[in-house]
Amino acid sequence: MELNVLWFILIGVLFAGFFILEGFDYGVGIMLPFVSKTDEERRVVLNTIGPFWDGNEVWLLTAGGAIFAAFPNWYATLFSGFYLALFLILLALIVRGVAIDFRSKVDNLTWRKTWDILFFIGSLLPALLFGVAVSNFLTGVPIDANMEFVGNLFTLLTPFTLLGGLVFVLVFAFHGCLFLSLKSGVAEINARVKAYTSKIGLVMLVAVVAWVVYAALITGLLSSVLAIGATVLAALCLIGALVLQAKNKNGLAFAASVTAILAVTVMVFGTMFPNVLISTLNPVWSLTIYNACSSPYTLKIMTIVAVTLVPIVLLYQGWSFWMFRKRVTKNDLHY
Amino acid sequence: MDVVLLSRLQFGLTTIYHFFFVPLTIGLTLMVAIMETMYVKKKDEHYQQMAKFWGKLLLINFAMGVVTGIVQEFQFGMNWSTYSRFVGDIFGAPLAIEALFAFFLESTFLGIWIFGWEKLKPALHAACMWIVALASCVSAFWILLANSFMQNPVGYVINNGRAEMDSFLALLTNPHLQLQYPHVIAGGWATAGFFVLGISAINLLKGHNNAFFQKSLKFATVFALIGALVSAGVGHAQGQHLIYEQPMKMAAAEALWETEDPAGLALVASIDEEQGKNNFEIVIPKLLSFMVYNSFDGEVRGIHELQAEMEAKYGAGDYVPPVAVCFWSFRVMVGAGGLMIGLALLAIFLTRKGKEVQCKYSLTAMGLGIALPYLANSGGWILAEMGRQPWIVYGLQTVSEGVSVAVSSTEVLISLVGFALIYTILAVVDVYLLAKFGVRNVKTGAEEV
Repeated sequence: MELNVLWFILIGVLFAGFFILEGFDYGVGIMLPFVSKTDEERRVVLNTIGPFWDGNEVWLLTAGGAIFAAFPNWYATLFSGFYLALFLILLALIVRGVAIDFRSKVDNLTWRKTWDILFFIGSLLPALLFGVAVSNFLTGVPIDANMEFVGNLFTLLTPFTLLGGLVFVLVFAFHGCLFLSLKSGVAEINARVKAYTSKIGLVMLVAVVAWVVYAALITGLLSSVLAIGATVLAALCLIGALVLQAKNKNGLAFAASVTAILAVTVMVFGTMFPNVLISTLNPVWSLTIYNACSSPYTLKIMTIVAVTLVPIVLLYQGWSFWMFRKRVTKNDLHY
Repeated sequence: MDVVLLSRLQFGLTTIYHFFFVPLTIGLTLMVAIMETMYVKKKDEHYQQMAKFWGKLLLINFAMGVVTGIVQEFQFGMNWSTYSRFVGDIFGAPLAIEALFAFFLESTFLGIWIFGWEKLKPALHAACMWIVALASCVSAFWILLANSFMQNPVGYVINNGRAEMDSFLALLTNPHLQLQYPHVIAGGWATAGFFVLGISAINLLKGHNNAFFQKSLKFATVFALIGALVSAGVGHAQGQHLIYEQPMKMAAAEALWETEDPAGLALVASIDEEQGKNNFEIVIPKLLSFMVYNSFDGEVRGIHELQAEMEAKYGAGDYVPPVAVCFWSFRVMVGAGGLMIGLALLAIFLTRKGKEVQCKYSLTAMGLGIALPYLANSGGWILAEMGRQPWIVYGLQTVSEGVSVAVSSTEVLISLVGFALIYTILAVVDVYLLAKFGVRNVKTGAEEV
């Protein structure tokens, strides 16, 4: 396989890992005000992602680093073009990270409530903006002959992309609910989660269908067999997850939502391929895996590094998930 | 204001701020790992208490380092996209490897460490902190490898209008990196050493748990002294290397306008950058030549000569970095380093005599000494980066050429103000939490601290 294609797939894998893992982290943050009522309950909710959230976030950093290393022009155009959107994401991630770390360090209700609100916003905003960004990957953005983005923040905000943002928020909230149903050891929380899962799941299905139909009309979704297959799989998995959780098969439901998020990522990358950033001004000006990429030498070095390290990362992250597989109760609170 | 200036301000602000937390993480992870290992080996509960107490401060600091580090990974593309296109083939690789190799290890095993006190056997739990400590050194290696390319580009060819990697080995063995890496790591040890030393001293002044904080203080003196001595020693070697690698940075750091043989060292100077001369200076004759060549004679080239040489090589332009900034940041670094060595020696002397608790003045000095490594670290980076101006990659691309095309000055202004605001608030929160958990009585026995 060409290394350009391999790296396109690998970056897709990193994004999928990020969306799957940070997806439930964001979802837990979005659900925090709704499923927990007392301070102790809020701590239980936060501690379900306690040992994992930071490691999960590294998937995003690695995806960013991998884009830089393998496709410098993609990194340069995307990150400078989406400047203010990324700035907002960064602010949210900064606030979110310190919020979970600092909120329980001071025994004062105002202090804790403030950080909890910030944690909620810090989870909601990136989920929304990543949905907007991914929708823009599908439609393309104004890119000129010099690979430069010629637009502003509002160019990125269209009805379609905002719908995509909503889809991401809902999918992550649903995914987070399923995670909580597996990890929370407090009955009151689980009861609330249960009530929300079905409601959010139904709204999510409607939004996803609307987004996919919209995408089929205005993007290249239908021109890729892979993307069509992935879309069908995603839809089936989301319906499956909804049905399974109704039958209290939460483990299987979570597996289904993991597969659905993976399939959505395949759908997006499948639609883009071989482009990495589509130009709406002139298709010739699009960034592709060929005109945006690093030299064969760099790709070779990076391939050796990635093939060696990624399996090791998966092993010890898996070990960490295995070690902290038990439900979180009011007796094991660290955050 | 223009986009280059705003982007530089933002990069400087976010990077210096991020580097308040990095060195402490490098040093303190190692200290906590050693404390916990001593607990495992000696079964002495005091060491477990120490690991928990200092570990808590480490976690507060680590959180700040993590969240401010995300910005670093993104802002090359956001603000310096032309630079990113030009060097991405080389520069992206170490950043990706850093994330893949180090960030995953650090974050995963620190998570296990925080939540694993009851779940893991003591030795395995201590091993987790060793992994975090090692990973923070690995992280520093890759990011300094990237910075070393900006300071001293190696292992590349110019192809298709960009710098392309042609030797990964040359990047790994960059002479700049070989000196910069130990300098930064030892700086991390010193930062952690003076942090623990200073906080222990403040607690002793307040009469908190003498035994616990005396033990911590004694432990910290070793780190403080070794860190300060090694970083000073390597720093001296860096200066001797700099005269060949970036003579202009050396000349600016010494405010040496004219070539001299032998060259004197200015202790202080009133620098007139417009006129290109010093209006007033106190100079020790021949000392600069000695510092550079280990001999009291030897030519050190001045700014004017180097400017002419660079114009001949690169075409017309201003190749003189901001001289006063370089001169004074260098003196802040060296001055703070000198004070650190003195303070560490004093602390060792007092602890050997068993008199550290009685001497209130030296405890106060140690408390204030927490600031010294931060001054030295910031001064060092300001010299390293400002002294390279106008280059973003030395000799290959200037800073103003590297800035993003698609980003307007309004956008950078918005983000700059946003980062400045949130970083200021977080600084207050960080100091508040460090004071809350750092200055307090420690419960005795095996009880959690």
